[in-house]
Amino acid sequence: MATRQTSTLARFMMAPSVILLLIWMIVPLAVTLWFSFLQYNPLNPIRDGFIGFSNYALFFKNPAFAASIVNTLVLVLAVLAITIVGGILLALLLDQPMWGQGIVRILVISPFFVMPPVAALVWKNMIMHPGYGVFADIARFFGLQPVDWFASLPLTSIIIIVAWQWLPFATLILLTSLQSLDGEQKEAAEMDGAGFLARFRYLTLPHLARAITVVVLIETIFLLSVYAEILVTTNGGPGYASTNLPFLVYQKALLEFKIGQASAGGIIAVILANIVALFLMRAVGKNLDK
Amino acid sequence: MARAVTNRHKTIVTIAAWIVALLLFFPILYTIVTSFKSEQEAIAGFNLIPSGTLESYTAVEEQSGYFRFFLNSVILSVGSTILALLVAVPAAWSMAFSPTKRTKDILMWMLSTKMMPAVAVLFPIYLIFRDWGLLDSRIGLTVMLMLINLPIVVWMLYTYFREIPGEILEAARMDGATLWGEIVYVLTPMAVPGIASTMLLNIILAWNEAFWTIRLTTINAAPLTAFISSFSSPQGLFWAKLSAASTLAIAPILIMGWFSQKQLVRGLTFGAVK
Repeated sequence: MATRQTSTLARFMMAPSVILLLIWMIVPLAVTLWFSFLQYNPLNPIRDGFIGFSNYALFFKNPAFAASIVNTLVLVLAVLAITIVGGILLALLLDQPMWGQGIVRILVISPFFVMPPVAALVWKNMIMHPGYGVFADIARFFGLQPVDWFASLPLTSIIIIVAWQWLPFATLILLTSLQSLDGEQKEAAEMDGAGFLARFRYLTLPHLARAITVVVLIETIFLLSVYAEILVTTNGGPGYASTNLPFLVYQKALLEFKIGQASAGGIIAVILANIVALFLMRAVGKNLDK
Repeated sequence: MARAVTNRHKTIVTIAAWIVALLLFFPILYTIVTSFKSEQEAIAGFNLIPSGTLESYTAVEEQSGYFRFFLNSVILSVGSTILALLVAVPAAWSMAFSPTKRTKDILMWMLSTKMMPAVAVLFPIYLIFRDWGLLDSRIGLTVMLMLINLPIVVWMLYTYFREIPGEILEAARMDGATLWGEIVYVLTPMAVPGIASTMLLNIILAWNEAFWTIRLTTINAAPLTAFISSFSSPQGLFWAKLSAASTLAIAPILIMGWFSQKQLVRGLTFGAVK
């Protein structure tokens, strides 16, 4: 009797969250899906109407589309590689006894809390600016020609900025995982004469496997939708050199008002994200069973 | 002998760690330093010792009304967090203490909503905001930020609540406590630390959200993310002013972040790494 009352109440308590998220997820997505089959241009509504899969065809044929997919993947993979390798090295370093460990940790984690527009603009103007940036000062000090980062290496520049933001996250997660590694096991391995590399290969790395998986998946979700960093630095250019899929969809929707094509791009982004999500859910779900 | 080796090892590790840490922190440090320079100093080449002038800070407030944007950031991040907690606490409570067969599926489904790319719903949301007069309104954006972070809030609360021993609730029930009595007198005091951590992380995430806050505002409801983005097409000398605005924009969150490192790991990995 009491349990039935409780479970009814439990359902009642869960309802607001579930209903809100259901509406938030289903309604806009359904509208986008519907738009993706329409010719829909608020600036030129004469030809509006149902056109089937033409938007997808148009989107695929657009040279910007292939460029944006490649840029999206390069951005995600490069940042992942930098942050995972760098994060493991940093975590191994920070896991050792040292003086001022608390302060070092605070300094290392800080970039993660910097809002994206600030991070991008600080790097663009104070570090990478070809005239006044710190990199240019260093180049001139060595008698070299300063690099015009955002003109000649736009995607690389954005990768550097985004990697700077996410390296602390990877480090923090991997360090947390490293600290839960059994000390006795490490000592036993050391006593058995296992060198540093052997210990890393057969003890540390397998222990970190789960944390690495989680970092890869969570970063991928955020990296697939990098936006502000591009908006305030290169604005997607020069040409389409630093346009990723979210940025292309934004341009189509709010600058060109080609809503149909933008919606088709949005649906493609959803499919891309879902493939990643599937893996993440499996990793997190496994942990729930424990 | 062993002692000497350990100390030498520790010295090397300390030096290496500090060098890496200072390199990573450098852009932030340099921003703070530059904010205390005049515009002429700021472009005069590399220099870590500023003259200490506060003119950039006053300029940012006088020329662009900085405080308004700051206030909007506070209202939006705190408001959306409180709203999310109001909705999420009952849900997380019921999933942690009266789990059913479907609880896990519901949790996973909530997590999946977090993975929807924002651009996929950009135009429908834009239309809804425009037609309901919500563009550039604090209320609209508060609700938006609440919806974005709701899955993380539910998850974080759930992982905290699950650690509260169920026997305590049973004991309270035996003593004749009603369901609401349980929540108010037994559960809430035990749940406060978890709720506080969740709140902290969520304020950080909402403060730094830089897609919807930029696209759905112009002036009235614009928070710091939108204000700082307006520096991307600058006129005249602005390095020191950008630095002052940036320093003020990241300072509160940096300090909150330092206190929430542990919760951050937990919240952002959905309890998969502790």
